Amino acid sequence: MIAIALWFAFACFGLGLLMTAWRMVVGPDAADRILALDTMVINVIALFMVYGILRGTTIYYEAAMLVAMVGFVSTVAYCRFVLRGDIIE
Amino acid sequence: MSREGVFLLVMSALPFLGALIPGLMIRAGRTACATFAAVPTALALTMLLILAPSVMQGEVIRVELDWLPQLGLSVSFFLDGLGLLFAGMILGVGLLVTLYARFYLSSDDPMGQFYTYLLLFQGAMLGIVLSDNILLLLIFWELTSLSSFLLIGYWKHLPEGRQGARMALAVTGGGGLAMIGGMLILGNIAGSYNLTDILTQGDAIRASEWYLPALILILLGAFTKSAQFPFHFWLPHAMAAPTPVSAYLHSATMVKAGVFLLARMWPVLAGTDAWFYIVATTGLITMVLGALIALFKNDLKALLAYSTVSHLGLLTMLLGFGTKFAAIVAVFHIINHLTFKAALFMTAGIVDHAVHSRDIKRLGGLRHLMPITFVIGTVAALSMAGIPLFNGFLSKEMMLDEAARTGWAGSAWVVPALATLGALLSVAYSFRFIMHVFFGPVRDDYPAEPHDPPFGLWAAPALLVVGVVLIGLVPALVVGPLVAVAGGAVIGGGELPYYSLKIWHGVTPALFMSAAAVLGGLLLLWRHAPLDRVWLAAPRPEAKVIFDRLIAAAVSLARRITDRAHDGAMSRYLAIFVVATVALGAVAWTGGGTPPPTRGLQPVPLVVAIGWALLLVAAVSVVVTHRSRFLALVLISIIGLMISAGFVYLSAPDLALTQIAVETVTIMLLLLALHFLPKTTPIESGWFRRIRDGMIAAAAGGGVGALAYVFLLRDVDTISGYHLENSYVGGGGTNVVNVILVDFRGYDTYGEIIVLAIAGLVIFAAIEALLSGPAAARIRNTNYTQDRSRDRHPLMMVVATRVMMPIAIMVGVYIFLRGHNQPGGGFVAGLVISIALLMQYMASGFAWAQARQRIGYHTMIGWGVLIAGLTGAAAWLAGRPFLTSAFGYVHLPPIEEFELATAMAFDLGVFLAVLGAVMLMLYSLSRIARYAGETQNADPMDFDPSERKTDPKEGV
Repeated sequence: MIAIALWFAFACFGLGLLMTAWRMVVGPDAADRILALDTMVINVIALFMVYGILRGTTIYYEAAMLVAMVGFVSTVAYCRFVLRGDIIE
Repeated sequence: MSREGVFLLVMSALPFLGALIPGLMIRAGRTACATFAAVPTALALTMLLILAPSVMQGEVIRVELDWLPQLGLSVSFFLDGLGLLFAGMILGVGLLVTLYARFYLSSDDPMGQFYTYLLLFQGAMLGIVLSDNILLLLIFWELTSLSSFLLIGYWKHLPEGRQGARMALAVTGGGGLAMIGGMLILGNIAGSYNLTDILTQGDAIRASEWYLPALILILLGAFTKSAQFPFHFWLPHAMAAPTPVSAYLHSATMVKAGVFLLARMWPVLAGTDAWFYIVATTGLITMVLGALIALFKNDLKALLAYSTVSHLGLLTMLLGFGTKFAAIVAVFHIINHLTFKAALFMTAGIVDHAVHSRDIKRLGGLRHLMPITFVIGTVAALSMAGIPLFNGFLSKEMMLDEAARTGWAGSAWVVPALATLGALLSVAYSFRFIMHVFFGPVRDDYPAEPHDPPFGLWAAPALLVVGVVLIGLVPALVVGPLVAVAGGAVIGGGELPYYSLKIWHGVTPALFMSAAAVLGGLLLLWRHAPLDRVWLAAPRPEAKVIFDRLIAAAVSLARRITDRAHDGAMSRYLAIFVVATVALGAVAWTGGGTPPPTRGLQPVPLVVAIGWALLLVAAVSVVVTHRSRFLALVLISIIGLMISAGFVYLSAPDLALTQIAVETVTIMLLLLALHFLPKTTPIESGWFRRIRDGMIAAAAGGGVGALAYVFLLRDVDTISGYHLENSYVGGGGTNVVNVILVDFRGYDTYGEIIVLAIAGLVIFAAIEALLSGPAAARIRNTNYTQDRSRDRHPLMMVVATRVMMPIAIMVGVYIFLRGHNQPGGGFVAGLVISIALLMQYMASGFAWAQARQRIGYHTMIGWGVLIAGLTGAAAWLAGRPFLTSAFGYVHLPPIEEFELATAMAFDLGVFLAVLGAVMLMLYSLSRIARYAGETQNADPMDFDPSERKTDPKEGV
């Protein structure tokens, strides 16, 4: 049962990745792309978690945590660049 | 190690240690400075004298310490007869020159510097003559080139001094390079770099097919150093140095280094036709040519310089003859030349000092005005001319005797005739020195009032002249034993040939040649004035002009090549590098066969395929949209993200953590820089170039991909197995990646954090230079403002980052502490903490965050490198190599047992260096904005609700 659930989850997040990639390519705005990137990061975090469950180890959980912690910083930096030009004022 | 061996080591180190003293002692006055400069030399000389008796009895004193045994390089010295002779000359004349220079240098000259250079040079020379390892000898050889450069250019305000120093360095340094090649070949033939081993293998070396290349390369080194034709031109130009330097370098030491090398290598290299024709011919030409030029020089020091060239030629010729007798004569003449030439240089210096001119045309009649100088100069010059009762006569007679017996290419008269001509010219310029300086009428137009110098200035040359006379009268008694033991060392042991050091040898051919030389020389001097006019009218190649042209041509050639390869365009460098790599790869690929694949392809899961597709999409999109720089930056993030996901999938969580952290920091750096750069890249290249560059890129990418594909399908032996097995046993950690970083390859990591630290400091310095340079005005005057959002520091973000801060720090500490056994470590931890700090800078503003930063980033970098270095060095205390780690387990109730490893302290150093360097880079880049006139905020938030409550005036 868990295997099926995991593969279903993989498929969903994979699909999510493809859709964010589509948004990334067509844009049209910088804001669209930054949002797409942020969503992509979230999908990757989810994939790490699911992969960790599949392999039965906690190591990937930490990788996911770190990606969550620093991935958000890049998004903020991109946004500040678009909004204010200088990211450290 | 024997007592003698220790003496030898200390003796060779003394001048270098002593070189530190004069620079300090100059504050105590000039006499104190000179006295203390004399101490190391005197000590070394004393030690040499203590060792001398056993060497005189034929003993050879040795000492050896390993330095780099893998390269065959050891600190080994030996003292035999030849070494004793040269070491005595170097130290003895060194002492005299120290005394002479004290009175010669004016109070404007930095005397401390002078003695420091002098002692450095003395140490290098001493190293050459005592080295028992030819690699060590090469090191000292180069050191003499460098330290003589400092000495020759000592009067920095004189352009001749600077040019002369540069020329000397270029010529002798170039020869030194050739000699390195020759010595390596020699060591290869002999199978050892130890001189004592090499000296026993003369037959094998002379029979080797590599003999000729080695010989030519070594001779290039010796000839350039000893100013042999056609490299003689640097020596006269080096005369721009102060006279004590000339007296030391150009009579006793530096130029004798080449002769020393010829003598040292004599048992191994001499005795072949190649040796005879190259060495003897060069010496013969140099002897005659140097003497001829010397005759027409008006500058006293130039005259002496060319005479030195001539005498060096004589020595080279004698060694080139290849007979044992000639080698002994060479040793004898080395002693004689030293005594009279050093005295003559010092005399020239005294005349220059007293009259303020060295121009022979402005001198004359000084015998009554400077009687002491006259006696010293005359005795030394008579010896140089080879007049009986002085020591120069003895060795010249023996030289002529040997020349009379030497044939050249089947002709019996070439060598004797030319040798007589050389002696004749030598007589002429020596008498010219006496007659035109001291005799003749007293003039009334001297630039200054001539007078004899104080005792301190004439003591040194007087002592040398006493030697000249004593050796001239009773040679066998004074230097007989020294000549025997040094000559014995040159010819490599065995029977000494018959020779006798005495004045009267009976009526021999040499006597007639000598008489002809004296008569002819006097005749030449009598007709000097008309000959001088002919000489001046005749066309002569000017060596300095040729040298300058050669250098200019070499520089312009180098510049043309450099300008073509490095035209300042990044794409050019990349193209050269990538094309060269692809070409090398293609050659390697077609060169060897490939074994059949041993593994099958792995199945590709759906999600992995999606990630791969995303990578492709992102890569292609970056190429398409790269002219919009911000867009390209966003797309690059996808690549970073997918790569870190790939690391996770391929079981490399360490790399995934590092990748994601580095990615974030890099993006921020690029965004900070992009603010001040154009947001789009203009189109600058045509279609042809773009297609060409595209093809290069495709070839490189495809090549790397194909290589990876081929490798992954085959089992290849790697070092992973070793690391996996030894990680816990040897490094005390189960995380192999971390153990590799802090233990197995700790040296690499140490180097890398230093590089990172330097990079951080360089960015800081570059921005500092930018803001104080010409570009600063442009930055100030450009308006970087855009249509900005008014949300400068939104409340939400400030609060969120503050809540995040302790969590992020905790994660950083956790990753750091766990690193040795689980994914993590100092590098990632440093990045995580720096990201946490950057969040504060971004959210609450630069000024607010900076005000709360108590420890400077420079300090952090410094401590990081220091801690890592000290941890590594601590292993020495335990008698282990640098960076050997130790670990143990500690039990502190109530905590569970935990491990402590020295690698952790090293990791702390890595952590601090990474944190400091990253923060310093970002700090430096964000300074530009402040400089460009951006306002700073005092408060962390645009709108702080807590202030509203406490402000009673505003009300709610």
